Amino acid sequence: MHNKSITELAAGLRAGDYSSVELTQYFLDRIQRLDGELNSFVTVCKDEALSAARAADQQLQTGEAGVLTGIPIAHKDIFCTEGIRTTCGSKMLESFISPYDATVVAKLKAAGVVNLGKTNMDEFAMGSSNETSYYGPVRNPWDTETVPGGSSGGSAACVAARLAPAATGTDTGGSIRQPAALCGITGLKPTYGRVSRYGMIAFASSLDQAGPMTTSAADAATMLQVMAGFDRRDSTSADQPVPDYSAGIADDLSGLKIGLPKEYFGEGLDASVAKSIEEAISEYRKLGAEVLEISLPNTHLAVPTYYVVAPAECSSNLSRFDGVRYGHRCEDPKDLEDLYKRSRAEGFGDEVQRRILIGTYALSAGYYDAYYLKAQRVRHLISDDFTRAFEQVDVIMGPTTPDSAFHIGEKADDPVSMYLSDIYTIAVNLAGLPGISIPVAPAAGKPVGLQIIGSYFAEARLLNVAHRLQMATDYHQAAPAGI
Amino acid sequence: MQWETVIGLEIHVQLATQSKIFSGASTAYGAAPNTQACNVDLGMPGVLPVLNQEAVRMAVKFGVAIGAQVAPRSVFARKNYFYPDLPKGYQISQMELPIVGTGALTIELENGESKVVGITRAHLEEDAGKSLHEDFHGMTGIDLNRAGTPLLEIVSEPDMRSAAEAVAYAKKIHALVRYIEICDGNMAEGSFRCDANVSVRPMGQKELGTRAELKNLNSFRFLEKAINLEVERQIDIIESGGRVVQETRLYDADRHETRSMRSKEEANDYRYFPDPDLLPVELDDAFIEEIKQTLPELPDEKRQRFESDYALSLQDAAVLTASRELADYYEAVVAAAQSDPKIAANWVLGELAAALNRDAVDISNSPVTAKLLAGLLQRIADQTISGKIAKQVFEAMWQGEGDADAVIEAKGLKQITDSSAIEKMVDEVVSNNPKQAEQYRSGKEKLFGFFVGQVMKQTRGKANPQQVNELLKKRLAQD
Amino acid sequence: MPLDHADVKKIAHLARLDLSDERMGGIATDLTNILELVEQLSAVDTEGVVPMAHPLQMAQRLRSDEVTETNCRELFQSIAPQTENGLYLVPKVIE
Repeated sequence: MHNKSITELAAGLRAGDYSSVELTQYFLDRIQRLDGELNSFVTVCKDEALSAARAADQQLQTGEAGVLTGIPIAHKDIFCTEGIRTTCGSKMLESFISPYDATVVAKLKAAGVVNLGKTNMDEFAMGSSNETSYYGPVRNPWDTETVPGGSSGGSAACVAARLAPAATGTDTGGSIRQPAALCGITGLKPTYGRVSRYGMIAFASSLDQAGPMTTSAADAATMLQVMAGFDRRDSTSADQPVPDYSAGIADDLSGLKIGLPKEYFGEGLDASVAKSIEEAISEYRKLGAEVLEISLPNTHLAVPTYYVVAPAECSSNLSRFDGVRYGHRCEDPKDLEDLYKRSRAEGFGDEVQRRILIGTYALSAGYYDAYYLKAQRVRHLISDDFTRAFEQVDVIMGPTTPDSAFHIGEKADDPVSMYLSDIYTIAVNLAGLPGISIPVAPAAGKPVGLQIIGSYFAEARLLNVAHRLQMATDYHQAAPAGI
Repeated sequence: MQWETVIGLEIHVQLATQSKIFSGASTAYGAAPNTQACNVDLGMPGVLPVLNQEAVRMAVKFGVAIGAQVAPRSVFARKNYFYPDLPKGYQISQMELPIVGTGALTIELENGESKVVGITRAHLEEDAGKSLHEDFHGMTGIDLNRAGTPLLEIVSEPDMRSAAEAVAYAKKIHALVRYIEICDGNMAEGSFRCDANVSVRPMGQKELGTRAELKNLNSFRFLEKAINLEVERQIDIIESGGRVVQETRLYDADRHETRSMRSKEEANDYRYFPDPDLLPVELDDAFIEEIKQTLPELPDEKRQRFESDYALSLQDAAVLTASRELADYYEAVVAAAQSDPKIAANWVLGELAAALNRDAVDISNSPVTAKLLAGLLQRIADQTISGKIAKQVFEAMWQGEGDADAVIEAKGLKQITDSSAIEKMVDEVVSNNPKQAEQYRSGKEKLFGFFVGQVMKQTRGKANPQQVNELLKKRLAQD
Repeated sequence: MPLDHADVKKIAHLARLDLSDERMGGIATDLTNILELVEQLSAVDTEGVVPMAHPLQMAQRLRSDEVTETNCRELFQSIAPQTENGLYLVPKVIE
């Protein structure tokens, strides 16, 4: 049952093979049994899930159900969920019961999904290994000594371990795609503005974007169909019609022009990962695609640019956590300054504090031009690279990460080496483009992700390209041993 | 040493929108604490701002009214600092690209001259909440109802040279924002707030002196007092060999002093950067043109029209057009009474203004409405009563004793214009005062007033003064 | 350019983060390393390049001026650390 796709589960619900309550209970049991070791959930919403499942069953009976009605999923703990604790992986929000629902949550709720719980994540989405979570690291179900990636590590791990058929994630510099790659699942980061950011706790506002994490591109299409769309509460939300993502998902790929940026296959890329990617590219050739080498000459500048822009925005976004209206407040503050400084130092972990400090520095008087403004100019150059590339090709492909999953603790003491593990994903956020990571042949038993980057609002195209590979191969169906 | 005072004003105008600048919470004044602070105003995790169209329209209206360049593209920026009444830890404001660019305003000075004050810019921003310092077991209470109320910050050039000029400028802005209906102008409720940047320099020196920023100037009187106080303070410091430090000073009206706000001063590195939650505001010519069409007649235009149409002096026209309500009242009086506009102006600026001022009543609540005053002026014009008696009638109308006719009737104030009746009284007065009549005739012409007074006394002021004059002169010329 | 303790202290104050002396050294090193990574940007020729604040070329949408929110004070204050009479309480603010 847990290996079934959303489409299959929906059909089973309609056929009466099982009820949503049974399906929900089934996944709750799996979480209970398997998540002790994985730690992919921060909060499991047993009662809420079962009550939502009961409501869904009624809808299913009256025939008012949509494709997602009664399907259990998990939400990254960055999405505000009304009446449910929303921690963002931080001690700061350990007891924060959100008073409202994020738009993504509300839309999925309206579509009848059942929320199993809130998944673990790097604190405030700052990290690539899930080790910065206040609620402990998440373990990769393929090898529990390794990290699941981050920041949506809990969502990736729970979908990989089939503790939920799908989960929501967010991606600021690779936080959907990198853990999807490391956990062997499908993760889509839509175009900036495609999915509402309202109620998604902000890390870096000009980069953050929510997307689905699933076992297949077909399921990602189903999820995105509900998640995407204009939201009047988000000024950066794109007022563009949402196409039918499933309609052309199986379209033929002959004539598709795939660009391989030479910068994504150079130094730093693990040889076995490279081999898996090349294998997948060969599959695409077989499917009728034309493969061209392209260049994204400013690729090497993406990580440094990101580490100015993202911390700058985060330093400001996280100022609201001050111990006054919600969140952690220190004991016995002796004055206002003490309240601020201790509440924040106690409530935020090291990585979050590092980024706040870097961002504060980059915006401070005398450094703004040299850091922030400079980075925004380089960001333009990086974005222009893609614009030029898409004049030649339909999609860009390459590895999602330079390496497969690394060991827990391996990079924890070296922030910069950790940052470099996002080298292929970060530029996509800077440009605001959509990107998807899908599993390809594993390297030494560990999952490897192929990243496919599309032009603005080309999600349907990405899903189509991803789905065709998943029709031709079964990499995406592989599950970790013992699951 | 002769000192020159240099003043620039930053005026925060609360825009009269229904909802807040970035949220759908109400902006109504006086609600119970935190009942009008929604999740966006509270800076809850995950919330996002969406810009209120009306705030933009109002800012543009102001820009058009001062003949400023309205920016086709303006950008919101975050001003980062920690303060308990600032929920997000930053204020959304505009820095590099404000919605309104350079403009100017002409002010009328007491000496009858006028002066052009430059306006550097005007930008949109959100207001902060309020800190209540009453004692909550040694703690401060925070009310965020005001947080997110739209503000237009209007920044002047340092063009003013005295407290009086600063007040004239502030009053002119106050009148303008009320004219164009973007602000209720209520200073007591904080809808219109002035900060003054004040510095002094030796007369003739080009460079500006070090300035202090004065805050908490919530009336025009305080603005004037605080500036004068600050000028004295700075001159004292310099003349005794000290240096003025750049700082923010809070005016304390009760103690009539300003004091340094060091707490706000330290480390004011605001780390401005474009707010990534908001996009550039782009306004096309059609939008700006449409707003231009909705502008009412502005104070200066109205003043000029009053001067030409009603033959008023610049001074009278300026006072009458200082507020839209006053100007409207005046025009209503002129129209209804069809009387001499000059006489109407004298009454509005004289009796009416005095009564309003005496009883601290707003013109919109005046017990003597424009219609009532017009009725009174008609009775003067048709000689039913004299100007002097009219003041008595006005006072009765002010006390709510009915319209002019009712008061005249009730009090029997109708003017005596019957020549024979007046002649009779003139006769009586002259014959009863033979000594004075004798003296008058022998050249002591000053005594004429005495006779007029006597007649008026007899008639309790009701006799037509012109007729009394004529008949008295005639009578005294006899014998 | 390495950051010294005084720099870090100043930034930490702006960011309102309490940094103990024992953490100072490690943080100064981390921040210096991150700044070194970022340093390569300074070598890039960006003459004439417009800073890119947003991925999409969109303009701000304007909301109609309507009151859509109702009073939720009780709900909002149920998660507040300290309130009284509807007010959020903080240590005395000195002006």
